[in-house]
Amino acid sequence: MLKIRNLHAMIDGKEILRGINLDIKAGEIHAIMGPNGSGKSTLASVLTGNEAFEVVEGTVEFNGKDLLDLSPEDRAREGLFLSFQYPVEIPGVSMTNFMRTALNEQKKYRGEDVLSASDFLKLMRDRKNLVDIDSDLTNRSVNEGFSGGEKKKNEIFQMAMLDPKLAILDETDSGLDIDALRIVANGVNKLRRPDNATILITHYQRLLDYIIPDHVHVLYNGRIVKSAGKELAHKLEENGYDWIKKELVG
Amino acid sequence: MASEQDKLLEEVTNREYQYGFHSDIEMDALPKGLNEDVVREISRRKNEPEFMLEFRLAAYRNWLKMESPEWAHLKIAPIDFQDMIYYAAPKKKPQLDSLDDVDPELRATFDKLGIPLDEQKILSGVAVDAIIDSVSVKTTFRETLAEKGVIFCSISEAIREYPDLVKKYLGSVVPPGDNFFAALNSAVFSDGSFVFIPKGVRCPMELSSYFRINALNTGQFERTLIVAEDDSYVSYLEGCTAPMRDENQLHAAVVEIVTLDRAEVKYSTVQNWYPGDKNGKGGIYNFVTKRGMCKGDYSKISWTQVETGSAITWKYPSCVLMGDNTVGEFYSVALTNNYQQADTGTKMIHLGKNTRSLIVSKGISAGKSQNSYRGLVKVSKRADNARNFSQCDSLLLGDKCGAHTFPYLEINNSSAKVEHEATTSKIGEDQIFYCNQRGIDTEDAVGLIVNGYVKEVINQLPMEFAVEAQKLLQISLEGSVG
Repeated sequence: MLKIRNLHAMIDGKEILRGINLDIKAGEIHAIMGPNGSGKSTLASVLTGNEAFEVVEGTVEFNGKDLLDLSPEDRAREGLFLSFQYPVEIPGVSMTNFMRTALNEQKKYRGEDVLSASDFLKLMRDRKNLVDIDSDLTNRSVNEGFSGGEKKKNEIFQMAMLDPKLAILDETDSGLDIDALRIVANGVNKLRRPDNATILITHYQRLLDYIIPDHVHVLYNGRIVKSAGKELAHKLEENGYDWIKKELVG
Repeated sequence: MASEQDKLLEEVTNREYQYGFHSDIEMDALPKGLNEDVVREISRRKNEPEFMLEFRLAAYRNWLKMESPEWAHLKIAPIDFQDMIYYAAPKKKPQLDSLDDVDPELRATFDKLGIPLDEQKILSGVAVDAIIDSVSVKTTFRETLAEKGVIFCSISEAIREYPDLVKKYLGSVVPPGDNFFAALNSAVFSDGSFVFIPKGVRCPMELSSYFRINALNTGQFERTLIVAEDDSYVSYLEGCTAPMRDENQLHAAVVEIVTLDRAEVKYSTVQNWYPGDKNGKGGIYNFVTKRGMCKGDYSKISWTQVETGSAITWKYPSCVLMGDNTVGEFYSVALTNNYQQADTGTKMIHLGKNTRSLIVSKGISAGKSQNSYRGLVKVSKRADNARNFSQCDSLLLGDKCGAHTFPYLEINNSSAKVEHEATTSKIGEDQIFYCNQRGIDTEDAVGLIVNGYVKEVINQLPMEFAVEAQKLLQISLEGSVG
């Protein structure tokens, strides 16, 4: 589904990603871990097309298409979704209106019929139940006045609505209490299917108790320095990242 | 990235004005220029009673002594008042008894504008007074309204048919010598709408006027007068468009509203005069005086305006809160793009006790435009317990435009409570990216964000016009995303 080859990216003249290689297949969940400043969020930004970052080298193929050649909105329409670390507020724009616009734009791109108002509301109800989110959230403006936890839950709700092929969850667990964490994790697990995939970006093992990854990668200094199964996350939780740094030096 | 986005914004806001057509209607016009004879001739052609001629002449003599105001944050090329036509009427304009009498070209014009003149086809239940250049061409639903005692007709007709009402109220809120443009209007106005809601009547439908400037080199001077007697209510809407022309055209209207005890008037405007081309050539000068007087106790006047057109807008819909416990409201969205300039706001004059006013102003500047809010809140000595809340927000699209806020407060009573909040923000790149990431392109994202920003004001508009206003905002911004 996703093939990243030798990806280098910069911001303000500083190279953050320094040769990333990663393969993700349908049905898989990958966790990307690493210390602060290792480039985890940058990877999410570059994949989704944030223009603040400049790709200087490398290729990314997404379901056979050259991802880097697509505009941010077309990447989304191709089925790439980012759960933002810091979701932004859009005052005065209702969640319902926002989601309807987004979903219909994606459908138009794919040549599908747009949903009627009643079908759309039905889908909203259905997805709200699936990810167990208060119906109150969708009556409000996009993220306006939401608590940190509500914002993250709202991201998962949007993911459920848009039904992406590949979802990237950027530090979705940060700032969540244990109940919110459970709701978010539950949502992700319920949305998991053999034909979609998920990248979890996180610093903590905690989230991985609820969402079991197939692969764990450690990102350090802009490169993936270690990849293994889920047991790697436990090892990191116990020993921190220092042993990896030492391994690298040694 | 900023420049990338600026480029996009620019593309989105460079869209052309879509009402810029011009209709070939035979016109009967006075020659260019203004003098006492022209004023007399206008009055004569309209078969006006003597008191109107006196009103006009007094205003004209006043105007001669006045100077064009220069305090606004506007750059205005000098206006040659002798190089302008002050009266133009469609030739085939006899008494119109049915729609069949309307010049087909004229009807086609209103069809293009999407104005429902055809009573059979009107489902929306809105009574319309259509005014082209200087003359009211058709007022719909008059009979239905008459049953309730509501008078809705052109001001010319009102002057002939209801001279006592006109004499009593015309100029009572905006005196002929009030300001330069109001004096000019008082001297030469040729038509406009008149609304009278009798005691205890709640007007059963929205009333609406559509103004259109068509003829070349013509100034448009309409005069609107709305009188709401005790315990009455009316909601009134005006819309306006003009053809695309290279010259600037002057629109200097006056609107007066009077509310008696417990009456309420809601006045909404969707202003879409031709704004000039994207290089700032042409466009309407919109110099308008609008004022309402809450004369009776517990009465209320509410102004809502969505201003997207005109090369220059100079306009301050105001409320004089004269009766005790009266309420004035002002909700405004002013959008400027390309080289448009707007200096708009309101005046809330608290004279009575326990009077309240609310101001919500939302400015949006794009392109190379300048957008100013100018507002006065005045509390007089005897206005005990006056309350005002003002919120003035500015939204900037791109980095070549300007937003300015000029709030004036004159408080002469220590029991007054006056609050003012102001914010200025730029459309966030992060907001746009968030929308992009959900599959919404930048142009739609800007539309969505802008419509969210103005929602509080748009919600005040009658439903069908709210939808139009939202579309209009989006269209006016096309080519400006940046």
